[in-house]
Amino acid sequence: MTEHIDLEQSLQMYQQMAKIRAFEEKVNELYKSAKMPGLAHLYSGEEAVAVGVCEALDRDDYITSTHRGHGHCLAKGARVDRMFAELLGKEAGYCRGKGGSMHIADPDSGNLGANAIVGGSMGIATGAAMSAKMRRSGQVAVCFFGDGALGQGLFYEVANMAALWKLPVIYVCENNLYGEYTHHTETAAGEFIARAQTFGMRAEIVDGQDVHAVFMAMQKLVERARRGEGPAFLQCDTYRYYGHHVGDINRAYYRAKEEEREWMTNRDPLKILSTRLIAQKLTDASVLERIEADVNAEVEAGVAFALDAPFPDAREVDEDVYA
Amino acid sequence: MSDREITFAEAIREALAEEMRRDARVFIFGEDVAEAGTPFKVLSGLVEEFGTARVIDTPISEPGFSGIGVGAAMTGMRPVVDLMFGDFLTLAMDQIANQAAKVHYMSGGKLNVPMVFRTTMGATRRSAAQHSQSLHAWVSHIPGLKVAIPSTPYDAKGLLKTAIRDNNPVVFFEDKMMFKMKGVVPTDDYTIPFGVADVKRAGSDITLVATSSMVQVALGAAEMLAQIGIGAEVIDPRTTLPLDKKTCIESAKKTSRAIVIDEGYEQYGVTAEIASVIAEGAFYYLDAPVKRMGALNVPVPFSPTLEDVTVPTEQTVFEMARMLCGKS
Repeated sequence: MTEHIDLEQSLQMYQQMAKIRAFEEKVNELYKSAKMPGLAHLYSGEEAVAVGVCEALDRDDYITSTHRGHGHCLAKGARVDRMFAELLGKEAGYCRGKGGSMHIADPDSGNLGANAIVGGSMGIATGAAMSAKMRRSGQVAVCFFGDGALGQGLFYEVANMAALWKLPVIYVCENNLYGEYTHHTETAAGEFIARAQTFGMRAEIVDGQDVHAVFMAMQKLVERARRGEGPAFLQCDTYRYYGHHVGDINRAYYRAKEEEREWMTNRDPLKILSTRLIAQKLTDASVLERIEADVNAEVEAGVAFALDAPFPDAREVDEDVYA
Repeated sequence: MSDREITFAEAIREALAEEMRRDARVFIFGEDVAEAGTPFKVLSGLVEEFGTARVIDTPISEPGFSGIGVGAAMTGMRPVVDLMFGDFLTLAMDQIANQAAKVHYMSGGKLNVPMVFRTTMGATRRSAAQHSQSLHAWVSHIPGLKVAIPSTPYDAKGLLKTAIRDNNPVVFFEDKMMFKMKGVVPTDDYTIPFGVADVKRAGSDITLVATSSMVQVALGAAEMLAQIGIGAEVIDPRTTLPLDKKTCIESAKKTSRAIVIDEGYEQYGVTAEIASVIAEGAFYYLDAPVKRMGALNVPVPFSPTLEDVTVPTEQTVFEMARMLCGKS
């Protein structure tokens, strides 16, 4: 386990976060210019969670993702161009256009798929952990979900079994304060982590805007899961910069502009990391700007590829119903 | 190949044991499946052979252990999930219909869910409304699932082996009232393909398409019909998804009359689907409307005098067939 995070790894995290940010800004543009079918749920603001968690994983470790899942997919190793292709419903997309924004799966990078049922993948992630344990593969599984998903009964069933059987699964609760358009204080009694602690599960709260903090916490939980010490619950306090989905523009009735501004100005995960690296004189602004330019170029190339890519042939509609 | 008679429950147990010996990825997962061997004792003895690492008791958490099964299936295992009563499918429906059924399609064919949900069906056990339903129509509605509904020990063993070897999620329905039914089952390894109906009795005057427990009812009715000179052909689809439409249609074309008999609720049910297949496919050959006989559209009642009238019987099928054939 790394107690110290070296510069190379910090820059890698910065690059991943910058890539997710640039990707999501482009998704919003595609939506606003009516180039994307359907909707998308943007991850902007929450980048440190996906990146801090996935940096602590190996490529063959599993994740399951959510409707707000683009960041998880990219952080686990998905390519920008094929992500855009899937969002635009193109043949070159990760799911050949059959999944779209809410269902991107990439087994090659351990991504078992995003899920559009809130909390719907909690069983899948726990089952992947059970399978890893039965196969003695040493893999761990990470289940990403939002604070709103703790309203689903499924969590309490699978967390109970994961704790009983010491399964190598880590439940990562992205607490972005709102389930759709409602603050969690209106929908959740008690503390989030108490829900996991009641099963005797290791549970921690971490600043989800600090990628180093997420990574360090996650690394410990992954190590103990690999050692057979059982599941864990990591609450990452974070914030989504946009609405519940791209069309949720007028949000004043459920959250204040001042609150949004406060998070974007003082709690931004990219700013927190860049400020720290520069203050510690580990790097300078020009290095970070180059990283941003590189990921912007990757995103521009990726979206150009996806816009030019062909749609699937309508005759493919009934392919892949059965294996 | 040597044949011997065993019960429906023994056929299920043999299929599971043989597949678990053949493939280390297969495991059994559900409530009281290990030492208890389920309340029906169908799994008795399996934990002694395979241990608690492969015959795993779960908490009473149908959505939870069904979902864990889906995740295990997606990552290299082949779980057989035990849902004790078919009525409990309703608890696990998100995991079955939204997760297991759709993962392969939503991932563009990259992820597979090779798993079996074993569950039960069938009324007249005096178990009342929440332990007696036959809900196979619910899952037969969902693309991505396969649904097997055997009627004999032979079919149960062959179809369950096919289900376990299939790379898709299969929901497998066993009629609770048939566990003690005996039948000839070979000792050698065999499988039965999905989507292939079995002609359980040949006849030329009327087609009785029947599923699961209703196959025995149809065969009994056919015997009664033979006494009055009506030759009934009994077709058992064996799987409702995929459905062997061709065999149903060809039989109805030959006989010109058909009744579809199934223990699920009649409204919007399996009988409706199969009757429409026959009505479209054999329209110009039919001498009478295709009739449907399903469970009465009421919650299954407890009292024997009430419960017994909810399910088609040999007598009611006989009377319906006699009427269709114009014999009084």
